[in-house]
Amino acid sequence: MQLQVTNSPFTEEQIALLNRLLPTLTPAQKLWLSGYLAAAEAAVAVLDAEAPALFAGSSKPVSKEVTVLYGSQTGNAQKLAEKAGKALKERGFEAKVLSMLDFKPNELKKVETLLVVVSTHGEGDPPDNAVSFYEFLHSKRAPKLNHLRFSVLALGDTSYEQFCQTGKDFDKRLEELGGTRFYPRVDCDVDYEEAAAKWLDGVLGELSKEANANAGAAPLLSAVAAAPKAEPVAVYSRKNPFPAEVLENINLNGRGSNKETRHLELSLEGSGLKYEPGDALGIFPKNDPELVDLVIQEMKWNPEETVTIDKDGEVRSLKEALTSHFEITVLTKALLQKLAPLSKNSALQELVAPGNEAKLKEYAKGRDLLDALRDFGPWDAAPQQIISILRKMPPRLYSIASSLAAYPDEVHLTIGAVRYESHGRLRKGVCSTFCAERIQIGDTLPVFVQPNPNFKLPKDPDTPIIMIGPGTGVAPFRAFMQEREATGANGKSWLFFGDQHFMTDFLYQTEWLAWLKSGVLTRMDVAFSRDTERKVYVQHRMQERSKELFGWLEEGAVVYVCGDKQHMARDVHQTLIEIIEKEGGMSREQAEAYVTEMQKQKRYQRDVY
Amino acid sequence: MAKVELKAPEGPPSDVERIKRESRYLRGTLAETMEDPLSAGIPDDDNRLMKFHGSYLQDDRDVRTERQKQKLEPAYQFMIRVRTPGGVATPEQWLVMDELARKYANGTLKLTTRQAFQLHGVLKWNVKKTMQAINGALMTTLAACGDVNRNVMCNPNPYQSEVHAEVYEWAKLISDHLLPRTRAYYEIWLDDEKVAGTPQVDGEEEPIYGPTYLPRKFKIGIAVPPSNDVDVFSQDIGLIAIVEDGKLAGFNVAIGGGMGMTHGDKTTYPQLAKVIGFCKPDQVVEVAEKIMTIQRDYGNRSSRKHARFKYTVDRLGLETVKEELERRLGWKLGEARPYHFEHTGDRYGWVEGVNGTWHFTLFVEGGRVKDYDDYKLMTGLREIAKVHTGDFRLTANQNLIIANVTSEKKPEIEALIAEYGLTDGRRYTALRRNALACVALPTCGLAMAEAERYLPKLLDKIEEMIDENGLRDDEITIRMTGCPNGCARHVLAEIAFVGKAVGKYNMYLGAAFNGTRLGKLYRENIGEEEILRELRVLLSRYAKERLDGEHFGDFVIRVGIVKEVTDGTNFHD
Repeated sequence: MQLQVTNSPFTEEQIALLNRLLPTLTPAQKLWLSGYLAAAEAAVAVLDAEAPALFAGSSKPVSKEVTVLYGSQTGNAQKLAEKAGKALKERGFEAKVLSMLDFKPNELKKVETLLVVVSTHGEGDPPDNAVSFYEFLHSKRAPKLNHLRFSVLALGDTSYEQFCQTGKDFDKRLEELGGTRFYPRVDCDVDYEEAAAKWLDGVLGELSKEANANAGAAPLLSAVAAAPKAEPVAVYSRKNPFPAEVLENINLNGRGSNKETRHLELSLEGSGLKYEPGDALGIFPKNDPELVDLVIQEMKWNPEETVTIDKDGEVRSLKEALTSHFEITVLTKALLQKLAPLSKNSALQELVAPGNEAKLKEYAKGRDLLDALRDFGPWDAAPQQIISILRKMPPRLYSIASSLAAYPDEVHLTIGAVRYESHGRLRKGVCSTFCAERIQIGDTLPVFVQPNPNFKLPKDPDTPIIMIGPGTGVAPFRAFMQEREATGANGKSWLFFGDQHFMTDFLYQTEWLAWLKSGVLTRMDVAFSRDTERKVYVQHRMQERSKELFGWLEEGAVVYVCGDKQHMARDVHQTLIEIIEKEGGMSREQAEAYVTEMQKQKRYQRDVY
Repeated sequence: MAKVELKAPEGPPSDVERIKRESRYLRGTLAETMEDPLSAGIPDDDNRLMKFHGSYLQDDRDVRTERQKQKLEPAYQFMIRVRTPGGVATPEQWLVMDELARKYANGTLKLTTRQAFQLHGVLKWNVKKTMQAINGALMTTLAACGDVNRNVMCNPNPYQSEVHAEVYEWAKLISDHLLPRTRAYYEIWLDDEKVAGTPQVDGEEEPIYGPTYLPRKFKIGIAVPPSNDVDVFSQDIGLIAIVEDGKLAGFNVAIGGGMGMTHGDKTTYPQLAKVIGFCKPDQVVEVAEKIMTIQRDYGNRSSRKHARFKYTVDRLGLETVKEELERRLGWKLGEARPYHFEHTGDRYGWVEGVNGTWHFTLFVEGGRVKDYDDYKLMTGLREIAKVHTGDFRLTANQNLIIANVTSEKKPEIEALIAEYGLTDGRRYTALRRNALACVALPTCGLAMAEAERYLPKLLDKIEEMIDENGLRDDEITIRMTGCPNGCARHVLAEIAFVGKAVGKYNMYLGAAFNGTRLGKLYRENIGEEEILRELRVLLSRYAKERLDGEHFGDFVIRVGIVKEVTDGTNFHD
């Protein structure tokens, strides 16, 4: 957006300078600048932030850890990767052999030595299990890999035009990201055995040479100094939200689902913002431009007319004000009362008259500003008069679905898109459909962290946890699992999840399956309400497992409930009491006291909405 | 001739051998993993075993990478194959399959190239219910896939009904005799009581197969000349019915055929079965069993792509295998009798059988029975099944015969055929009537390219050239598979396409119209544009230069477009 005198607090001269500079800045530079300015204002010196000390001569020795990643369609690449892993182990290396699908891209920053064995599928495409890693590496999110040394073995078939293309792509990209190719790539045809063996010998030779040299003397790879980086102190807040770049925005629901649940990944790089699992993130959304246009058309306003948006006299165009600064999707009793003096419509006067509160409430339900403007004209009001009575756009809070320990500088959200029909018009949740329909990768969202001290993992990493989170309520538990995995916590964990359909609505399914396999998640029960004739919900699964569940409670497990307040949380609460009553041989009162005691000990925490 | 030592190839057993050995006669952990509510799939080891139960775990590949991004597991679903020896099903069985297809599968029925039914898209939670309904209709899925003898094929030729009935009985006997005997199938799917304790002695539960079954799949088919619709030479055991004086005299026995190969690996190749002798009808079950046990004992259990019987025969030599067979039989095969094959396709439309019954052969494109927008094939067949008193026969060319229609019933069936516009294929070119395609994308895990979904569209374009050259009624066989494993017996078609990558095919030419000669690689890795360009030239030349009655496959060899393949071992030369 071009800065103007009308939409900014700058002078014309300043604006000319800024408009010359701003378009030339990269997103990273913009981020840095915003952080810098914010920090500078807080009188914190950031420019001269000390560069991290260089540990000349004392850099840590080259690790004996080698990660072997494979992307395989027919199993050949996998076989070769496993063979390489075996050979490495025989020579005293610690080899980790993983499919690219099972490898967490955020681990890449920690890898020092990487072997890639990958085939090319079809017309130069990566094999299925390499697609996501391939895309990650080729995306903007790929980290700098100055610390990495690598070698690629490419499998292919010379009868195809794009011979070994995927291997070539990996080889090139790893170098672009700063990696050092310690042994040249080898491309194999269908009779790959010989060429692959040669590559493996070469790789082993190089690595052994380095290991030997390293044993006696200085490390081979010099420590790469991180570029001196200004770390602004967190000055971002609800009042001054951080413009977080959107790194990923995907629909978690498969084709044919009734639902749309967005998974957003945002960058916090340079913001200084910190959060803990269980905290929430606030987003300032924008209204649906179509709805804004309808309001403007209804009132026959000029969208470019300038209005003042706050006490400090900030001005915006009417359209911008309605889009970004005011709430127009909720009709309250207060708003109707404030609207009443601006119209002579008798129906409105009657509605707000004393004694008609029930009617007023009934009318406001499921309607918005546009309904009121349409129903109660003609209006005798300048745009500014309407703007002045609107409520400031409130931020929406979402339980954070990631852990900084697993994704430094990122925050992930799980947002269910809200859409419903009411009074003959499709209504949309402001923030959820803003994220679902109008936010692209590369855009920024104004965000802030909203701590939630009442929804926290137990201090003791050995404490068992029971997590109940159907639908988007599962978000904080993804953060919990990431945190427990990253910190190596040993406590047992049990997740209850539910949604409509197994095939399309099993949010984060592959991640839970991976955590179950690795043991980070101990057990999981699922309830898909619309797959069976009788609707099954999480509380039914809890009942089916009541004995074990009570056993966990007796062991001191902490119970977490997240999600729908009206039905789910209430049913789960009742079920919990029933389970304690039944399995603990208690009276209803005793069971209720048991739960109250759990609450006092912070062993029953809820984040419901 | 130096005596060949009979032994299996050296080498460590393949992983599948371990899975079979440890499976306790095909049980594995299937009973538990089929119940796991967190995944719609099952682990690889169990999927290997699942095949023996007649089902594969597949996934909808159209959405595979999309779902991966969405953090959802692949859209797992099961293919369930129903074993129908000789492709014969009663109207009641048809109605059961029709209902299952709509209730638990993707709303369609696939008639396979081996005369079996396939359901696609069955979710894990519905597999058991589907299996139970199939068995409830006196059909089975046992050994429809896996390293065992598969569905026994048999010519459903209605021209010689009395012989057909007899040949069909032998096909059924062979099929039943070579079924696995394990109780695992009944325990897992039909809730039969577990046999107390798994037998400890190897072989006790499987007297023919033993605990590791066969090294690879094993296929048997019976042809009744002059029709070679079952592609008898593509089978591990091909039996050629010898009819003398209107009676079944016995079978010529051919061994060692198979279609599968691996792209780029010349040690793998398609091969045709070779005739080694003759046996009487009542000897045929024993002959089949003994041949199969030779493969059981000497087949390659180390490398699965070299494990088919054809490689065993080529390695040991035809004569050696024949001697070993006669040693196991304790008697010698007779001299092979003369026979003559004319074609591999089906004869469409109404024909009269014996005893005043009638048969209608219906053209089913790609073997896919479903309701199209403008062609209610599935509904039409359902309505026919409701009134039909004869039977249905699935042909080896993925078509369907409404068989044994009485003269009294014929008008009623004819009326339904007319009402639903069910076609005998006459409105299509002879080329389309002689087309075969395997399932391929999106469900088959092996497919590298489209087949069933694409061939009809390609044919639309080829048919224009066919018309330009006046070849509308000239029968030419054309087949397409998504990979070189050859479920549609690709290299036996005069024009064959084998998938290499999405949109790219290897093109083979020169197979014999009657299924007695393999095709030869003509162009590698070509897309639609090149396919059409090549065919434009080839079809035009064929129309102008062919000899009287000369088939396309013979023509391309005579004029030197491709070299003749005389044996699978020179397929790659």
